[in-house]
Amino acid sequence: MSAAWVAVLVVGAATVALKAAGPVLAGERDLPLQGSRVVDLLAPALLAALVASQAFSTDEALVLDERAAGLLAGGVAILLKAPLLVVVVVAAATAALLRLVA
Amino acid sequence: MRGLFLHTASSVLALSPELKTAGPERAAERGGYRLGLRAVTPLLPAVVAFGVSFGVLAQAAGMGAEASIAMSLTTFAGSAQFAVVSVLGAGGTAVAAIGAAVLLNARYGPMALAAAPAFRGGRLRRLLEAQLLVDESWALSRREGGFDRRVLLGAGAGLYVGWSGGTAIGVVAGDSLADPATLGLDAAFPALFLALLAPLLKNRDALAAAVLGAGIAICLTPITPAGVPVIAATAATLVGLRRPAAAASPSYLGRSPAAQDQGDERAPSTEEARA
Repeated sequence: MSAAWVAVLVVGAATVALKAAGPVLAGERDLPLQGSRVVDLLAPALLAALVASQAFSTDEALVLDERAAGLLAGGVAILLKAPLLVVVVVAAATAALLRLVA
Repeated sequence: MRGLFLHTASSVLALSPELKTAGPERAAERGGYRLGLRAVTPLLPAVVAFGVSFGVLAQAAGMGAEASIAMSLTTFAGSAQFAVVSVLGAGGTAVAAIGAAVLLNARYGPMALAAAPAFRGGRLRRLLEAQLLVDESWALSRREGGFDRRVLLGAGAGLYVGWSGGTAIGVVAGDSLADPATLGLDAAFPALFLALLAPLLKNRDALAAAVLGAGIAICLTPITPAGVPVIAATAATLVGLRRPAAAASPSYLGRSPAAQDQGDERAPSTEEARA
């Protein structure tokens, strides 16, 4: 079997297991509730980390490129209460225009 | 080129089974799925474009058409798949590629555990439905006190079709297609996550968790393998263990009864999420 197929099968199986473990095992059961405040904070913590890593990193390096400008423009659109589609388009268009003139 | 992507995205919408389901008793259910699909629509051109570029790069790295498409159908997670392609394309071993990809996808453990109470039915059904959980469907389906299963599945199905379809296009069409970065599409994702984050920042704990999470991710990026920064950012949730000041969590006061039903009682702790 080629290295590609080994990687595809093992990564596929691992990802299926990672996504299914919680819903299958913890499923309908009642879990201790002392962690609920912590779980409420999972969304802001993870979303902020995703923003940071997707805007400011390439592989394992910190970079400041057109994505940062796109994010800034998207942030202004968010402050102006623009709908999600507008936020996404503004961010993409800003990065694309800057790359065009660069 | 963008016209092609938009056209592809609208074909994706037309193909979705949610829009064809029959029976008036299913109207409410269908509405939920459709809500998820509609929520994710602004992202579909970017998702398809990145699926295309994954197909192109996987072909260039010598993965082969079948393995490339099989990976989008089974792994269904962009960053991990690009990691595999870049390791294999640079002559790395399968073990190195697997290690990088599994690290990148490890965040789905705690994310799926947080969303676990939303899933329904037997184990096989839960296993299958959980596969539609990716960053975007998870974030879009989050509601106060829980996750909306139909929104997650509707958004996830749209993303799945867009990502796999894009991969197939890339494998077939090759590098005659434009790089999505030229269109600025790589800036669309951080902007999306910021837009979903903004409304959550209404109390001090949430703001602290967000600032800390982003800070952890930034600080760890240059010194840890890709994937570790985002998992480590879950440690920021521990600010929730502070003794709550009376005004610290107003979000608990404005919660709807429906949200309470599927809310705190079943929510797991972070310690379990990271175990």
